[in-house]
Formats: sequence, C-alpha cells, structure tokens
Amino acid sequence: MHPILSMALRRLALGLLTLLVISIVIFSAVEMLPGDLAQEILGQSATPETVAAFRKELGLDKPPVERYFSWLGGVFQGDFGKSLASKREISELISGRFANTMFLAGYAAVIAVPLAVVLGLMAALFRNTWFDRFVNVFTLSTISFPEFFVAYILILLLAVGFPFGLALPFGLLGLWIAVEGYGAMKENFKINKSPLIPVVFLLIGIGLIINMVMGFMGVENWNPITKEVRAFPSIANISPESSLADRLDRAFLPALTLTMVVTAHMMRMTRAAIINLLASPYIEMARLKGMSPWRVIIKHALPNALAPIINVIALNLAYLITGVVVVEVVFAYPGLGQLMVDSVTKRDITVVQACCLVFAVTYILLNLIADILAIATNPRLLHPK
Amino acid sequence: MSDDILLRMRNIRIDGKTGDDWLPIIQGVDLELKRGEVLGLIGESGAGKSTMGLAAMGYVRDGCRIAGGSIEFEGTDLAKSSVAYCRKLRGKKIAYVAQSAAASFNPAHRLIDQYSEAPVIHGVMNRTEADTDATDIYRRLQLPNPDEIGFRYPHQVSGGQLQRAMTAMAMSCRPDLIIFDEPTTALDVTTQIEVLAAIRDAVDQFGTAAIYITHDLAVVAQMADKIMVLRYGELVEEADTRTMLSAPTQAYTKSLWAVRSFKSAAKAAPAPDATPVVSLRNVSASYGPVPVLHGVSFDIHKGRTVAVVGESGSGKSTAARCITGLLPPTEGEILFNGKALPPSFKKRNKDQLRQAQMIYQMADTALNPKQRIRDIISRPVEFYLGLTGKAKKDRVDALLDMIEMEPDVFGHRYPQELSGGQKQRIGIARALAAEPEFIICDEVTSALDQLVAEGILRLLDRLQSELGLAYMFITHDLATVRSIADEVVVMQHGKVVEQGPKAEMFRPPHHPYTDLLLSSVPEMDPDWLTDLLAARERGEVVSELPPA
Amino acid sequence: MTDISDPSALSADAEAPRVAQETARQRTLRAFRSAPITAWLGMIVIAIYVIVAVFAPVIAPYGEREIVGDQFELRSAEFLLGTDNLGRDLLSRLIYAARNTVGIALMTTFFAFTLGGLLGMLAATLGGWVDQIISRIVDVLMSIPYIIFALLFLTVANTWIGQMDNPSPWLYTAALIAIMALLDSTRVYRLTRAVAMNIVVMDYVEAARLRGEGLFHIIRKEILPNATAPLIAEFGLRFCFVFLSISALSFLGLGIQPPTADWGSMVKDNATLVSFGEIIPLYPACAIAVLTVAVNFVVDWMLHRSSGLKE
Repeated sequence: MHPILSMALRRLALGLLTLLVISIVIFSAVEMLPGDLAQEILGQSATPETVAAFRKELGLDKPPVERYFSWLGGVFQGDFGKSLASKREISELISGRFANTMFLAGYAAVIAVPLAVVLGLMAALFRNTWFDRFVNVFTLSTISFPEFFVAYILILLLAVGFPFGLALPFGLLGLWIAVEGYGAMKENFKINKSPLIPVVFLLIGIGLIINMVMGFMGVENWNPITKEVRAFPSIANISPESSLADRLDRAFLPALTLTMVVTAHMMRMTRAAIINLLASPYIEMARLKGMSPWRVIIKHALPNALAPIINVIALNLAYLITGVVVVEVVFAYPGLGQLMVDSVTKRDITVVQACCLVFAVTYILLNLIADILAIATNPRLLHPK
Repeated sequence: MSDDILLRMRNIRIDGKTGDDWLPIIQGVDLELKRGEVLGLIGESGAGKSTMGLAAMGYVRDGCRIAGGSIEFEGTDLAKSSVAYCRKLRGKKIAYVAQSAAASFNPAHRLIDQYSEAPVIHGVMNRTEADTDATDIYRRLQLPNPDEIGFRYPHQVSGGQLQRAMTAMAMSCRPDLIIFDEPTTALDVTTQIEVLAAIRDAVDQFGTAAIYITHDLAVVAQMADKIMVLRYGELVEEADTRTMLSAPTQAYTKSLWAVRSFKSAAKAAPAPDATPVVSLRNVSASYGPVPVLHGVSFDIHKGRTVAVVGESGSGKSTAARCITGLLPPTEGEILFNGKALPPSFKKRNKDQLRQAQMIYQMADTALNPKQRIRDIISRPVEFYLGLTGKAKKDRVDALLDMIEMEPDVFGHRYPQELSGGQKQRIGIARALAAEPEFIICDEVTSALDQLVAEGILRLLDRLQSELGLAYMFITHDLATVRSIADEVVVMQHGKVVEQGPKAEMFRPPHHPYTDLLLSSVPEMDPDWLTDLLAARERGEVVSELPPA
Repeated sequence: MTDISDPSALSADAEAPRVAQETARQRTLRAFRSAPITAWLGMIVIAIYVIVAVFAPVIAPYGEREIVGDQFELRSAEFLLGTDNLGRDLLSRLIYAARNTVGIALMTTFFAFTLGGLLGMLAATLGGWVDQIISRIVDVLMSIPYIIFALLFLTVANTWIGQMDNPSPWLYTAALIAIMALLDSTRVYRLTRAVAMNIVVMDYVEAARLRGEGLFHIIRKEILPNATAPLIAEFGLRFCFVFLSISALSFLGLGIQPPTADWGSMVKDNATLVSFGEIIPLYPACAIAVLTVAVNFVVDWMLHRSSGLKE
C-alpha cells in the first residue's frame, strides 16, 4: 500500500477510536448523576408506578452497557433522547442551533484565516523589526483579553457609540498605532517615498484625536464610523426566517470578536512555524544560491510550510468552537453554545450530553482532516524510497 | 599580476551577537586567492572558519555583522556592495557546498530541479540545457545512474551521493569560486574518499578556485595548494601546503602537527591462562525486531586497552550498551572476571555496577549542568564507597589531583564554566571515583580538538599504568587506535570481522574490510589521495565494500 | 617532525573558557537590567496586584458583601465607581475580587502543576507501559476542547452538590478548582513529559541509572533542576489560561458562585449597562485583561531569554 494511504488510514482509525472513547466518557457522566433520571423528569409528584413504567420506557431498567449501545444507536439515527427541562426531543432543539453555530464559526474563519496567515508570514519575514515587535505586543494583548472583554469593547465602539470614558485611552492607542505602524512600514518596506502610507496613517491618527477631543467636550455617542450610517446590532437574534444579508449583519459583531481572538492566536503560531522553517540549512542554501527573498519564500519555504500552516489553521478552527460558547452568550446568539450553557444552568444533563457529543465530533473531525492533509503534503511520504 | 587575484579580503572583522553584546568572531584577517587556486582553511572549532568562508560570498549569518575591512571579489568590494549585487554573484560566480547535504537540500524538490534553479534564474542556461548539463556533471562526479538520479528526492539518495550531488549543484553555473564548508565531516571514512576524489576532480576539470574549510589536517593536505591556519578568529600562519606540512614556523601550528606523535608504551602480552576482566561470549542483540549484533566475542585483560573500530552503524556502541546492561543481549553472555553478569543493569548489584564505568563522547551532555564539579565527583564516592564528611572531601581532592585539576580552583564550578577538555577530565574523574576495574571509553576524544584530545589520551594512558585499568576504547579514528590500543577489534554490520594485537592489525594481510578501512584514513602526505586512487585503479587495494 | 616534547603545554585546556565568569547573582542582575520595557511593566503590574490582593481589607472602602447603597448608583465621592446591581460598592468588590479570582486561579494552577508535573516526570523517566497508559488517557482528555468537558463535569458535580442538605458555597468552588486542575494538568503533563524526555536522554541521566540510583534520586537531582526554567515560564502561561478559563466560566454563571466577589461574574451581573454606553462592567474585565497581559509580557521575555541562550 502507498505509505500515504496507510498513514491516513491509521490516523482515521485513531480518530474513530478517540470518538468512541469520548462517547463512553460522555455517556458515563450521566450515569454518575445522583438520583433517578425518570423521577427527575416526572417530578416529585409522580406515583412510583408511573416512575417505574417510565423507567421501562426509557430503558433505565437495563444494564449500563446495553443502555450505552442503544444510546449510541439512537445518536446514529439522530435521536438524542428527551430534554429533562422542556421534555422536548433534543434533536429538534439542536439541529437549527448547530447550523447557526457553524454559520458563525465559518463567518469568522473566512475573515480570520487569510488575514492571520498573511500577517503571520509578514511578521516572520520582518522578524525583530518594529513591525514584528508591534504585532507581537498587539497579539499578545489580544490573546490575554477574555473573550467577553473583546466583545463588550466592540459593542461599545460599534454598536452603542464612542463613550467618553474610553476616548482618551483609545485616542492614545490610535496615536501609538499610527506612529509605530508608520515607523515599521518605513523601516521594512522601504516605501517611505510613497506619500500614500503616511497620509493614511495621519488620517487615522487625526480621526482618533478628533474623536478624543469630542469625547472630552462631552459630545457622547458620536461615532465617525457608524453613527451616520447605522450602528451594528449588539443582539444577534437571528431566526430561521432571516435572509443571508440580515444574518451577516446581525452576526457581524460576534464574528468580529471571534476573528480578533483567533487571528491573534493563528498569527503567532504561523509566525513561529515559519521562523522555525527559515532557520533550516536548505533555506540558507537557497539564499547562497542567490535567490531573491520572495523566491526563497514561495519556492523553498512554502512547500515545506504547508503542513505546519494547515495544523495551525485546524487548531484555531477548533479553537473557534470553544470561543463560540462565550461569544454566543454575550450576543444572545441562538447557537449550540448558548443552549449548552443554559442547559448546564438548568442541570439539564441529557441536553448537555448531546451538545458535548456534537462539539466533540466536530472538533475531532476537524483535527482529523487537518492531520490527513498534513500527511498528504509531506514530501517524504509523497515520494517514498 | 594583480589581474590574477580573484578574491582579496583585507583586515576583515566580523562580530557575533551574544546576548546584548557584539563579540568579535573574526579579528582582522587578510586573505588572497588566485584564480584556480585551492586554499585550505583549517582551525579548531570556534576558530571562525565557516564565518570566513561565508564572508567570501558577502554573506553573514543572522546575528552577525561585518564590522570592518573589505572583501574584494574581482575588484568589487562586497562588504560595500548592495544586497542585490551580492545576490547576482551568489550561485553564479561564487557557490557554496555545505557540511550536511541531507539538511541543505530542500526536501520538497527533486535534485535536478535544485540543480537547474541557479543557472536558470541567473540566466546562464535555459531549463533544457541545465537538465542536460546536470546529467553530464553527475556523470563526471561518478554518481550512479547519472541519467536518473536527478529525478529523485533528497531523502531517496544516500549521504555520500548527496554530498557529490551538492558539489555538482555548486558547479552548475561554472562559478569562479566554490566554498567547501567541511563537506566530508559528517561522512564515514570509506565514503569520504569518494567525495574527496569527486571534489578534486571537479575543481581540477573546470579550473575553479576553492576555499576548503576543514578541521582535518590530512584532508586539507590532499585538497589545497596553500593553507591558512586560524585560531580565535586570527590568522596564525599561512604557507603553501608542502611548506606548511614540512616546516611550520608557529608554535601553535607545530603543536597541531605534533598531535599524532603520541604512542603508549608497548605492554607485555597477558598470560595465556589469565582470566580476562571482561569477556563477551557470542553476544547477539537487537533493537526491537532489528538485529544489530551477531555473535560478538572478545576479551579485555587487566591493564590493557582494546580498541573497537568501525564506521557508524557497525555495532561498536551497541556492544558497549550490552556490557553496561542498558541493552540486554538476546543471546550469549558477558563474563566479568570469569563470572556471568546479569543481562540487565537493573538486576546487577551495586558492586557489579561499580566495577564497570563509562566515559562518554559528549562531555557536555555527560555532566549535569546544574551540579557543581565537586558534587558530580563525590556522588559515586558516597554512593559506592559510603564515604562522608572529611573522608569524602579528601577522596574528591585526590581524584581532582589525579586528573591534573586543582581542587580549590575547579571544585565549586559548574560544568559550563569549564573548557571541553576539562569537562572530559571530570568525566574521567567521575568514572575513577567508583574505583572500577574496567572503563568503557565511548569516542571520548572525537568531540575534542586534536590538541586537547592528545592530553586526554596521555592522561588515560597514565591512569592505566598507575591503576591497572582495563579499557574498552570505542573509536572510528584509526590514528587514536594507533596511539593507545593494545588490541584491536574491527566491526562491520554488527559482526567482528577481525581482531588481534595492534602490531598485527597494522600489518597486512587483512580482512578486505579492514584493508578498506585502513587505506581510507587520510594521511598527512599531500600525494596520499593521488597514490591511493592510482593504486585502487590498478587493483592493488580494495576499493569497494564487501557485501554485508 | 617536531621539536615540541609535550604539546599539552600549549593545550587549550590550560585556558579558562573564553566566556566571562559570572556568578548566578550577577547573571540575574544583568538579565533584569537588560529586560525590555514590556517586561518591567509586567513585573510592576503583577506587584501591584499582589499588594492589592494581600491588603484588600485595608484598601477597600466597604466590605465585600455589604449592601451600602441603591442599585446601579452612579459615580460619586461616596462610591468612586458607583454601585452594582444589588447596591454593593463596585470598587470594594473589585479589590476583594483580586483575592478571590487570582487566588482560585493560582490554586488551580498549582494543583494542575503538582499532578501533571509529577505524572509527566514519572512517564518520561519510567517510560514503557506507565508512559503509554498515562499518555493515552491524556490524549483522550485533550482530544476535545477543555470547556466542553468542563461544562459536562461541572453539571455532574453541581447536581451532586445541589442534592446535599445545606451545601456550603465553598463546595462549588472546590469542585471548580478540582475539575479545572484536572483538565489543565493534561497540558502540564504534555509539556513536562516533553521537557523531561529531552533531559532523560542525556548521558548524565544514563550515568546515574548505571550507577544504580533510585527513581526518586534521578527525578529530584538530575531531571528537576534542569527542568525548572522552562516549567516556570510554563507556569505563567498556564496561570493565564486557567485564569481566563475560570473567568469565562464565572461570566457564564458556572464558575465562582455569588456572593463571592469575582471579576468574571461582576461583568455578567452588570452587563446590561453596556447597552447604555456605560463602561462600568468593563472595569472588572479590564482588571482580568491587564493582569494576563502583564504575566504574558514577563513570560514572553523569559522564553525569549531562554531560547536566546540556547544558541
């Protein structure tokens, strides 16, 4: 068998095994609960006979191993059982919400992935310059922020209007960005002869200073970016009837929050992977053959960088899934994460169990695909001895 | 005659960044190279050889800078030229051959694509011409299957062939100058010959000038027209090869030349009925399912040194691992003073462990960097001999004296505050602290500069005669064997191919592998390679490895 | 060929290494002097947090759970940052929360390190089936995002506690610490094992084994001293992660339970104000962000230094 195929199959088998083990862990969580599930559903007023009958209906009188397999069989047919709190079919509850969550994650990914890879590449190429240091400080700050902090800042800036209390720090931050960014550009791109770049940065700086001054003068809720147009909605309450444009508009702030957090992570990882690669002797060899910097990157570094970059992307798409839980709650976005948090609060264990499983499957599948892609782009495996 | 000069470096100074400070690596060296001339650049590790070689291309590594001086290539100063100008020269006029071909070829591209890249980009040839040319050069460098080998990926080609393919790649634009940066250091001696021959042929055929960087004097003697000796980034001496070899003027150079003069005193043969200290009886071993040792037997007697020789993968280190018990043999047994040792070290008692000690190749990894010298040496004293307090301190002082290091100066230092040779001495002291009868020396001198290695060999020899130690000396370097061994065991593919007293081993007739191994070791004679190749041509010496 | 009788007279051995000799204290001082401004900033901020946390009762104008005013009172001389949704002084709660939130996160990180670090060292030193079993369990725990497991386990734990008669609020916190420490110890395990693996292959560890040293001696004397530098940096990173995770859980209402003052739940309690353009809910969030940024700055500097010294 071709080594790639056998490697990929081995990885696939490992992924499926992991899923199986995870499903056992999730299933046993419910087993560990105190008390009686049937009693819990029916409430304290139910007669012992009714409870016994209901236990039989749920299959609770059977041994755990048998119940596990019937639960797993049900999951394969899309039957997750009933919610303890609302008594509704769980599959009904989660199907629409799962699609919403995927929509949000996809929305963020479409913006974040190209942005992060390009910026990460640039940070690696211009490492140890002002641009790199600035990017380092900025991304380090972003990943240090709790997701809800980023979310509320964005709400304040883009949905509510520019508040007085934040004007000064943001004005200073803007000035700093303008100065540092301009310095970095000048140093690294040698394009200081072009008047465009300093003008752009100057405009941004002036805009932010005006904003700051307006803030001081007490002109609140004035926002040069959105006020005249329309503020973005801070509540992302989409419904199944919403049109695509409406969805994109309402989900803009949650997607932007996720983008900011994920981009910072992804950039740093891309940068590290590329720098690692650029230290290889074959890159030095390419330079010593007189190849131009861009050719070194495109022809010599990139083919070998595919696997690490794919890994970085997969890791962060998977990270998006954890990110949605908090972001969905902040923006009241009707996704799976919000449902899960609600259910944990209500101790609705069967729903928690179902959400857990859906998240786990998505996460493991994403990693599986990434690993197989990374295997498929490895030249040593592509061309065996 | 100035038109003849291809490269002229004047008072070149290069700094490297250590922490926040710039420390000099090259401190004002002059260099002149004529067209078609081969310059040998030699020196110990850290002498700045590679930095000099790269500077000849107008290139410095990250974290280094050119602090002063000029690098004139064909009359243009590269130190002052633009990056773009240097880039045009690199690969086209000046090419580079790196130490590790396996790491320096891009794993994602075929050999021929990497060969053609420079000529096509520099506009010397078009792609079709370059491909034809590649095959031609591969043939000249005697690569097997020259028509096909280019279509392989680097990991599909063996180390020696890859190094020749890299030399071919350097030739692709017919440069005026090639920098060879230790091109054979990573190779076994028998493979090294082929690569050396290929490099010399290539340079001769195209009249290319070259800078050949190495730490091996015998190798540079074969390759270079003139030799420069560097130390601590400064030029020690410069002369043409024959003058340099026969009449060095500087004390440092003379000391380098003198290294091979040490020979241990001949010892009387052991009594025929004496029980050997260590005896391997038909030992076989394997790493998982892969067999690595096949029925190895040899004896080591009290007060004598057995050198185990072989190339990488011959099983010499595995034999040592079997003796120490790290790798229990699958078959056979190991006798210590006539009694069988438990196969695994976990089953051996304290006294059995104490009797056999080990000195490692890399002194850096053999000493715990977080322990002071005194603690390192006192642990075995305390652990095996149960000494404490004053008795322990006296014993450690005595041990440090034994290895010629003052206890008061070195006792409280950490390993990283010692030089390489000093660290290796501490390794010896730690082994001695257990008061063993038998010591395994695993390539103990190969990571050291020759001069320092010499001192270690002398020390080991003295300790042997004072304490009556038995040594198992693992090495791939036949010069070391000549100086210290009493008996020699030659290993290949996990088998002993020949063994006997040293005097017999260096006199024919030999097993063909021993013959090949012996004849492949470069000698200081500048005509050695030429003579050897001629002799091989005539079929007087073995030129191919016998099949496994 | 030569007239030198003893070449070792010229030996490089006779010379001390050409690196300047420095004591450990001099090295540390030099490192601090050359620290970048970000690292200094980070260290100062951490120091301020520690002082505030330790002296909270002295600094805070009101008690942690004291209701002193109306709901959502605005900034005034009496209440510098106004009051929260129950009429408690926001500034006082902000100060007390430094104790609770940081303390719980520190404790969790500590337990995670004890568990993960110990298992990682054992797995690396013993190898074989011990390594296999622990590593496979960790693989499973790490195969899905930590927050998913955390939510699942918290549900189970809280249901158990909820069924007790008159459960102490500290039980919820203990369960939170235990669960987060367990989940985070997997990451500590992976790193410690990797670091220890690099040390275990060193010849000095082999030498200690061949000498007949016991497992405990090898871990304590040979491995641990060489693993501390990377592990200290990792402690900072893990602390940030645990701190942010617990804050996120508290924000979701599943972490530290009221009435204990905690930055995450303070954001949640006052979140409604954001839609009115009020930034009060952002103060606690800001407190979280500033501390993690500070720790990250310091860790970044430490990592940069240790990687720079390797070359």
